[in-house]
Amino acid sequence: MIPELGHFALILALLVALVQGIVPLAGAAIDAPRWMALARPAARAQALLVALAFGCLAWSFASNDFSVLNVASNSNSELPLHYRLAATWGSHEGSLLLWTLMLGGWSFAVSLFSRNLPPALLARVISVMGLVSVGFLLFLLFTSNPFERLVPPAAEGRDLNPLLQDPGMVFHPPLLYMGYVGFSVAFSFAIAALLGGRLDATWARWSRPWTTVAWSFLTIGIALGSGWAYYTLGWGGWWFWDPVENASFMPWLTGTALIHSLAVTEKRGTFKSWTVLLAIVAFSLSLVGTFLVRSGVLTSVHAFATDPARGVFILVFLAIVVGGSLALFAWRAVNVGLGGTFDLVSRESTLLANNILLVVAMASVLLGTLYPLFLDALELGKISVGPPYFDAVFYPLMAPAAFLMGVGPIARWNRAPLPELWTRLKWALAVGAITALVLPFVLGRWSPLIALGIFLSAWIFAATAVSLIARVKGSHHGSLFAALAANSSSYYGMLLAHLGLGVFIIGVTLVKGYEIERDVRLDVGESVAVGGYEFKFLGVKTGPGPNYRAVTGTVEVRKDGRLVETLRPEKRIYNASGQPMTIAAIDVGFLGDRYVSLGEPVGENEDSIAGAWGVRIYLKPFIDWIWAGCLLMALGGFLAVSDRRYRLAVTRKATAPSAPASAPAAAD
Amino acid sequence: MKAVRWSIPLAIFLILLAFLWVGLGRDPREVPSPLIGKPAPAFSLSQLHEPSQALSNSDLRGKVWLLNVWASWCVSCREEHPLLMQLAAGKTVPIYGLDYKDDPGSGKAWLAQNGDPYTASIVDRDGRVGIDYGVYGVPETFVVDKEGVIRYKQIGPLSVEALQRKILPLVRELQK
Amino acid sequence: MSCRLLLVVLSAFSFAAGATAMEPPSPDAALEARLKKLETELRCLVCQNQTLADSSAGLADDLRREVRALAVAGKSDAEIKAYLVARYGDFVLYNPPLKSTTWLLWAGPFALLAGGAVLWWIVLRRRALRAPTAASLPDADAQARAREMLDAAEPPGAS
Repeated sequence: MIPELGHFALILALLVALVQGIVPLAGAAIDAPRWMALARPAARAQALLVALAFGCLAWSFASNDFSVLNVASNSNSELPLHYRLAATWGSHEGSLLLWTLMLGGWSFAVSLFSRNLPPALLARVISVMGLVSVGFLLFLLFTSNPFERLVPPAAEGRDLNPLLQDPGMVFHPPLLYMGYVGFSVAFSFAIAALLGGRLDATWARWSRPWTTVAWSFLTIGIALGSGWAYYTLGWGGWWFWDPVENASFMPWLTGTALIHSLAVTEKRGTFKSWTVLLAIVAFSLSLVGTFLVRSGVLTSVHAFATDPARGVFILVFLAIVVGGSLALFAWRAVNVGLGGTFDLVSRESTLLANNILLVVAMASVLLGTLYPLFLDALELGKISVGPPYFDAVFYPLMAPAAFLMGVGPIARWNRAPLPELWTRLKWALAVGAITALVLPFVLGRWSPLIALGIFLSAWIFAATAVSLIARVKGSHHGSLFAALAANSSSYYGMLLAHLGLGVFIIGVTLVKGYEIERDVRLDVGESVAVGGYEFKFLGVKTGPGPNYRAVTGTVEVRKDGRLVETLRPEKRIYNASGQPMTIAAIDVGFLGDRYVSLGEPVGENEDSIAGAWGVRIYLKPFIDWIWAGCLLMALGGFLAVSDRRYRLAVTRKATAPSAPASAPAAAD
Repeated sequence: MKAVRWSIPLAIFLILLAFLWVGLGRDPREVPSPLIGKPAPAFSLSQLHEPSQALSNSDLRGKVWLLNVWASWCVSCREEHPLLMQLAAGKTVPIYGLDYKDDPGSGKAWLAQNGDPYTASIVDRDGRVGIDYGVYGVPETFVVDKEGVIRYKQIGPLSVEALQRKILPLVRELQK
Repeated sequence: MSCRLLLVVLSAFSFAAGATAMEPPSPDAALEARLKKLETELRCLVCQNQTLADSSAGLADDLRREVRALAVAGKSDAEIKAYLVARYGDFVLYNPPLKSTTWLLWAGPFALLAGGAVLWWIVLRRRALRAPTAASLPDADAQARAREMLDAAEPPGAS
């Protein structure tokens, strides 16, 4: 019953989405207020119906209903409850339903937080989101029905892939999808602006918070994926330039360009058509990512089970949505107008440079990811494009962008004379240079790349400090506290996010520069010294887990003779699938991680597990700064969105109904 | 003139779309062999049924032959085995088996159980000959001509289609 | 999925066959480091989303053994890569070689960057030329006037 209810809810949701997608849009075109007014209720009804469907699927997983094919294929009665629930999105069908749920959720949110939007704009925005929902619902219902029944029902499920039986699975997909799908709001605003012919600073102000929130969620989602890979895959890596990782990174790069571009459009009324294009491209990349993961055109650890029919459907969907929006752009952007002017050196020009660098970086990642496909399609052979390529190309592109991050906040709008910039920033440059020269020696080894990374992060910290100090000094408030409080959340959000990137850069630089890896064979009781620590292997023991059998090793970590931590890496065999998994043990530290995983027993016979084992030991300095930096960036985004002016507009509307005016912010 | 600039993103997307469309029909996991058109790598291995006797590629000069990579632990090999038996029965082309990373006892037992289509099988215990031939999965099948040059590689189990459309016509051509 | 299946089958074998990636490392740390680096640039053909260094597939073991043997025999990195490419094609290299079919791949990003820089320059030139008198409003007077105008309840700049 429940699965059928869910299925029915999806069908109803499709019908409502059709209404949501067509009627308000038509209403905006012919100026029919009653049609436009349907936008909000339609969006909410659709969202609720999808939520109902999702709830039904989750219920089927929670109650071990193996008559549902999806549950039988991806779950197991021995699986703990939280993983049974996470398994709801562990398959292609379930994750698509999650996508659709998120889309409904964002539509619902737009319907709630939009009191100050003109009805025509709101109608168009919600309609565009509705049309995207129609596409996903059609996809679900026609090719990827999560409620398909298994007749006769299985006695037991095939189990969730052991790699996914992890807290990461509970959080990473939902947060990631919040980001992907959140860009549909920016996209819808862009399309609405093109359709309505009105594109100005006010449009940017409405669009900006939605985009920033989506970007923040995407940042967290990607960081979670990276952290999860680090501790779960057993060899200490945290980014592989895998096609699916790239598929999430490209919208992120574009989204970062977009939030900066929106800032310029909001503050200065310029970069308008560029901003609209970025919004379209960001969401398009989300959709292209969906295609790449589910169509089988690229191999990836993340790829879902593929089926040619699905690939074709998504491609057609892509063609319609992306092709349609870019065609609309080609047609209407020319009317958008150019906006104001600015000097060669100004905040606008540094932001433009930042945008261009980010977009070039995104295009390079796209090129590298798809190049094997290009060559294969042209029958020119099969090649592989992996980390050596991406590393070689990405870092040189991002280094200038990181440098500009220090300049941008200091540069004035419209005109930022170079001598003035130099005066204000030369101290920060000095700090960066000295740190870059000295710190590597302190840490053990100097190399140009390490120095560059340290320079960039120290520069960012110093330049951020310069910006804040200048603000405080330049303010007319008496106390330090008052001076600090006078700055907006938006400003602090920016500072925090930029600092976050600085922290991220330190993490990457120091890990790549100073990490140590040792593969050793250790007898029971034998120790090995690695980078100032001593690792002593104390043998293994076997035992059962909730749904697996494990061989657990014990490794004592000592520094200067004192016991720091006892690590227990495992090798598991999951009962239902027989699949093996290596679980690393990590001693997490502020200054770095000690990471240990079991290899294979060295002996040749049955009881060889009681003997010597191969053990992999990694020292990863400052690696957690990578994810801490991402978290700071996301927090910066959320902080920026909490700015008063986004809430002010609501009360303004109540008192001065004719003026959704923008209060001039002090040189923000 | 102005309008052209705005259409560039659309143009780029359409090109991308075309490639993605073609990509749907390709298999990204398939690794084509660089050995097509090159001499078959030399080998000299002991035979499965006559361990004291060796077979080397030079023994096979002057005739067209197939090298079929198989193993007793290989599940997909069972899929293609009936086709191999049929092919062998038709005596069109001699098939030599490369028992890849297998224990000879298990190999012999497997052939006894499922039938032996091979003129002879050789044992590649450590997989070195497999590496020389660019073997990365089992089963694989090579078509070698009279001069000892590899002319075709089938990745994965043989199918009726592959045999009828590609392999048998090629063999007939080469045997002329 | 077959990769996983293979892993299951082969891990059963590897338990029987003994140590895999944990070969007794030679006392030569430099050799180990060189092998590790080389293996991270090579692609496993079975578990195609892992480097040769990380993969636990049987073929990966065999190929690591080959690479080690070649290195010990004095072959250079380039020669080892050529050995593998001769057997498996360019697919086995994660660092795509620079050849006629890949020049677009390698040149692309830098061409895009150059194009971006040119675009940046053109945009700025065009704006400077277009309205030379539309300079900033530096003085407090102009700012006050602007504030007044904004407060007069007109939505800013129509498209």
